[in-house]
Amino acid sequence: MTATLHTEVPVPTEDVWSVSQVTAAVKRLVERHLGAVWVRGEISQCKAWASGHWYFTLKDAKSQVRCCMWKQQALKAGRPPADGTEVYVLGAPGMWEEKGEFRLVATAIVPTSAVGQQQQELERIKAALQRDGLFDVARKRPIPAFAECIAVVTSPDGAALRDVAIVIRRRWPCSRLIVVGARVQGEGAEGELVRALGIVNRLDGLDLCIVGRGGGAREDLAAFNSEAVCRALAAVRVPTISAVGHETDISLTDFVADLRAATPSAAAEAAVPDRREVERRLQSLASRLASGLSLRTSLAAERLERTADRLSCAIGEAVERPAHRMDRIAAQLDALSPLRVLGRGYAMPTSPDGRVLKRRAAFLPGQLFDLRVSDGRISARVEDAG
Amino acid sequence: MSETRGKAAGPVPLARELEQLEDIVRRLEADDVDLDDALALFEDGVRRLRAARDRLAQAELKVQSVLEGAGGDLLSGDLDV
Repeated sequence: MTATLHTEVPVPTEDVWSVSQVTAAVKRLVERHLGAVWVRGEISQCKAWASGHWYFTLKDAKSQVRCCMWKQQALKAGRPPADGTEVYVLGAPGMWEEKGEFRLVATAIVPTSAVGQQQQELERIKAALQRDGLFDVARKRPIPAFAECIAVVTSPDGAALRDVAIVIRRRWPCSRLIVVGARVQGEGAEGELVRALGIVNRLDGLDLCIVGRGGGAREDLAAFNSEAVCRALAAVRVPTISAVGHETDISLTDFVADLRAATPSAAAEAAVPDRREVERRLQSLASRLASGLSLRTSLAAERLERTADRLSCAIGEAVERPAHRMDRIAAQLDALSPLRVLGRGYAMPTSPDGRVLKRRAAFLPGQLFDLRVSDGRISARVEDAG
Repeated sequence: MSETRGKAAGPVPLARELEQLEDIVRRLEADDVDLDDALALFEDGVRRLRAARDRLAQAELKVQSVLEGAGGDLLSGDLDV
């Protein structure tokens, strides 16, 4: 039997991809556009290899997907799940190019039954805290505008502390951070957090307390859902900020704290003012000081000018008033002057020694006397004294 | 590590310094202040402004770690973060 060449078969063009190119392209597409997702399914064909890696299939009624969990995560996860277990898997979709196989690279596996129990426990704690008023908005205290001494309850080696320090150093380096170290995940974390929050209450001069940690798997944040930790946080005597994980993670401490910050960096932003803002405020105060003083001095100068004017008026009046009085007296004197009367046509007889002759008896026949008229003197003699 | 009794008595917090500055400016801007008082307020304000700016310029974040010693005392030490 000979093979027949079908001429209708399309002839490959120059644009032919190699298998590697196709798998690499698919890998790029899948890994770039799909992040880690939680997938619910049933475990099957789970095998833990000597290398420490686990390989298993996750399936539901219709489909299945190959999964792997690398040694590092597998060690944290404990024992491999038994086939048939229903689980939640946190995994990033990826492409295994050598096999041309699509798979999930798992970083966490949680049995759904455990989640159910955890959820029930979480609801119980939530109800208890709510009943005791720990979530009440009325008990929320305001965050101080200028916290200068801040306690940070977190792991001393964690990213959260680094992030808080970076932000506060940039925004408000006048602060002092007091790190009260505690494990924030795994065994013992709950007790250490409670103890650290107790230590916070023994520190003097504290303005604020930040409690939190960086992002992690859901179970890594479990200590921040602990009833004891929540109650210890509620008992902290300074305002508190809870900053656990990433934006999407919400813990019970977020409800108990006076403020919930999406991340430790956001907590630091909320905790302190921005020095540039404060510098601008100082600048504005400096301008107001200068213009305030300038206004005061110009008002004082105006007042001084007004006072000077009034003083000069008063001096003028003081000088002018006696002059007027003199004029008035002179006028009065003038009116009384006999010369004024003589001006109206009267004459005044006076004896040669200057006495005014007022009565008939003073005139004797033949006596010489003067007659004063307005413009001079006339000598006269008494002819007949009548 | 040394024993800690919490925050030592330091300079007036900047928050209070700012409040006092605001108060000085408000008093200086009031209608009833006379020139002598205005000059005194201005001098006080300038001194406080300069001090606040210096403090901001020279500020350096201090990070300390506190833990509970065996006897229950609090021990503190500088932390490099």
